[in-house]
Amino acid sequence: MSISADESVPTTKAKVLKTLKSAINAVLIPLLAVFTALVIGALIIKAAGGGPLDAYKGLFQGALGSLKALSETTVWATPYIFAGLAVALAFKGGLFNIGAEGQLALGAVAAAWVGYALPDVLGVTLPAVIHVPLAVGAGMLAGAIWGAIPGWLKARTGGHEVINTIMMNYIALNMTSFLLNGPMKDPNPLNVVARTPGIAESARIPPVFPGLRFHWGFILALLVTGIVWWVLWKTTLGFEIRTVGANPDAARYAGVSVSRTIVVTMTLSGLLAGLAGAIEVTALNYRHELGFSVGYGFDAIAIALLGKVHPLGVVLAALLFGAMRNGATRMQFLTQIPVDVISVIQALILLFVAADAIIRWIYRIRAREERVVLTRGWGG
Amino acid sequence: MTNDQMTHEMSLVLQTKGITKRFPGVLANDHVDFDLYKGEIHALLGENGAGKTTLMNIIYGLYRPDAGAIFLDGRPVDIRSSKDAIAHGIGMVHQHFMLIPVFTVAENIMLGSETVRGLMLDQRSVAARVRELSHQYGLDVDPDAYVRDLPVGVQQRVEIVKALYREADILILDEPTAVLTPQEVEDLFKVIRALADRGKSVIFITHKLKEVFAVADRITVMRDGRVVGTVRPQETNEAQLAAMMVGREVILKVEKGPAHPGEEVLRVENLHVFDDRGVETVRGVSFFVRAGEVLGIAGVQGNGQTELVEALTGLRQPHSGKVVMLEHDVTGKSPRSIIETGMAHIPEDRQRYGLVLPFPVTDNLVLCTYYLPPFARSGMLNHEAIDENSRELVRKFDVRTPSPYVPVSKLSGGNQQKVIVARELSRPIKLLIANQPTRGLDVGSIEYIHKVIVRMRDAGCGVLLVSAELDEIMALSDRIAVMYKGQIMDTLSADEATREQLGLLMAGVKEEQDAIAGQ
Repeated sequence: MSISADESVPTTKAKVLKTLKSAINAVLIPLLAVFTALVIGALIIKAAGGGPLDAYKGLFQGALGSLKALSETTVWATPYIFAGLAVALAFKGGLFNIGAEGQLALGAVAAAWVGYALPDVLGVTLPAVIHVPLAVGAGMLAGAIWGAIPGWLKARTGGHEVINTIMMNYIALNMTSFLLNGPMKDPNPLNVVARTPGIAESARIPPVFPGLRFHWGFILALLVTGIVWWVLWKTTLGFEIRTVGANPDAARYAGVSVSRTIVVTMTLSGLLAGLAGAIEVTALNYRHELGFSVGYGFDAIAIALLGKVHPLGVVLAALLFGAMRNGATRMQFLTQIPVDVISVIQALILLFVAADAIIRWIYRIRAREERVVLTRGWGG
Repeated sequence: MTNDQMTHEMSLVLQTKGITKRFPGVLANDHVDFDLYKGEIHALLGENGAGKTTLMNIIYGLYRPDAGAIFLDGRPVDIRSSKDAIAHGIGMVHQHFMLIPVFTVAENIMLGSETVRGLMLDQRSVAARVRELSHQYGLDVDPDAYVRDLPVGVQQRVEIVKALYREADILILDEPTAVLTPQEVEDLFKVIRALADRGKSVIFITHKLKEVFAVADRITVMRDGRVVGTVRPQETNEAQLAAMMVGREVILKVEKGPAHPGEEVLRVENLHVFDDRGVETVRGVSFFVRAGEVLGIAGVQGNGQTELVEALTGLRQPHSGKVVMLEHDVTGKSPRSIIETGMAHIPEDRQRYGLVLPFPVTDNLVLCTYYLPPFARSGMLNHEAIDENSRELVRKFDVRTPSPYVPVSKLSGGNQQKVIVARELSRPIKLLIANQPTRGLDVGSIEYIHKVIVRMRDAGCGVLLVSAELDEIMALSDRIAVMYKGQIMDTLSADEATREQLGLLMAGVKEEQDAIAGQ
């Protein structure tokens, strides 16, 4: 290399250019993945006897075509953002948290219980400034504990977090089902579904605009995105999480406690997933119902990957998934194309992002660095 | 055209003309002309990052050149993949072997070009062919042995047989001696000679000066992606070649004055350590290191040095014994608490332990100190201080990098090591533990790191140097301890130790010496 150290003093302009370049590089593959999936989706719609353009028009209208549509898109995107951040944070720490679904469910249960039962248990009326944070906090705590357990198991015994978070999902989802059908079931004689009673007025985060379901949770999600970014890149804790994620051996060498960092990462990841559930209860549904959780925690894995495991990318991916889920109903209404097509498109997007070699091949994009691993020798 | 020229033309098997290859920010090959005659051993010499491996990867079809052409037997060829290369009779033995440990030699060799009889693999004919080749070239490879049971030197011969099995006439050996013991190196040279004598052409990539004189017919030196020149070994000498490689005069000998040892900075008492498989690899080791001296630990690799250093640096729990560092008992303490007593560690495996490869140079330079002021205050990173630190260290330690923000994985091996050295030596330390600090590095980087180690010693730091390179141990140490099968055979003063003496100790021979002393 013939570049001397003196020329390397970075200028602001160079820094900005570099950031811009890496940003383009980062979004190029996901964008092409989305585009390709939509093209294939169009072929599927065509094969099913529908008009792809009409279908996508319906999808677009349903997702973004009106104020109400936009509002609904954010409603969908909110739990996606929280849960997507949860999965992305774990990925950054080298951990695969498949347990966001269970952490989210328990977060919702805990928030609901604090919301409807705590004032009675304590025998006091709580003001909203205390009750709302308590309910949300309880949801975060429940998620955090549910994330910490597999984290601790990994750190202590080496038990793989993928297996353990899947197992924890079973426990959490069946526990939720039991609670909502049993001890926590809404006692209203007219109620037949598995749901909790409505939470107290004092535990409810009021709507932002009357008549729209857009809620404060979305704003909080954006705020939390910033916090996660800040933690990951501006704090020593984030440095430790990223170091352990990138090279646990080097982390240990450098004096970072790898096992502690694993537990902390999984705790924070679970906390974010729990927050997703808590916000659904306190800001949107005002109760928890078994049918409310529709696989947010699993979609979150796709969102984290599509968002390239970056907080900002997670927000964009969550908005895209939210828009598609939301627009799908309108599409079905207009063109009779089943909503399931959207699931196919989402799966294709994930496939193309995960196996980006396909996209690179289709669009003849060279890998960013031409590197043949064959030539990496001993320490050379 | 004279007759002489005629035969020359005839025997030219490989030629590259004007090969140019550009990677982002680096011109890896700049109009490279290279040629190879039938039955010739042609050494390609150059520092890491000089473009040797890039050129070979182009010839082997792993990279596509941006410009230039390759000729085989005088005809232009287009080599698009390693498959093409093999079809053209080019074989390559990589630094990192491509063998499957749980397969037999024969299975490994047939992998990718399986011969079948009906639905069955025809193992017998492969084994026969392997035996035949092995015999023909004096390779001594047993086709039925499992690769995992073979020493590194034999595994390398399996790779060579693999290439011959695919009927390679041109063999590219990429840094073949990096992993071998001196004895294995000699055997390899014999094999290379036998190959050449039987009409094979060999390209031998290396950065070790001594080797080219031992084996090469011609030497081509590369620097910064360009060919500096092609010479015959009898026309040149080590100093001249070193100057060609580095672009300036190189001091091959380390200059250092007498040591002025001070108080003890490390004391190890009767240390026992087990490896991952539960084998006791350090068996009762005791020694001390004083401030201002270098204690060298010599020994053939795999005699417990790795586990010893891991136990000293907190990466491995010792089974029993005591480690005292600067009057603190640090036996079994965490890496961080040991680092905080004033220990710096240049690890043996720099890519596994020493660096976080995807992280930028800036972050790698604060890997051990990111949580301390000025780099962090109350849990928040101070990126300005981290950037400032990296600018200063990149300059001070002459780290060649396009920018401090590129991932450290993009740097050459020598510069990666400089990043580690810069990080470890830039904080106040009293003890430096350097394990194989120059392994795989080029002449320029070795010279630099040796100078730095001596400088640290002269500044009053105690240095524990672990190295399998006897030359390095002898050049830098003030006292030399020889490790063999987990024990220290003896500790000698560097002034009195001879190569022969150390060599015997490294081989575990002590009685003889005692006998001599007793006479």
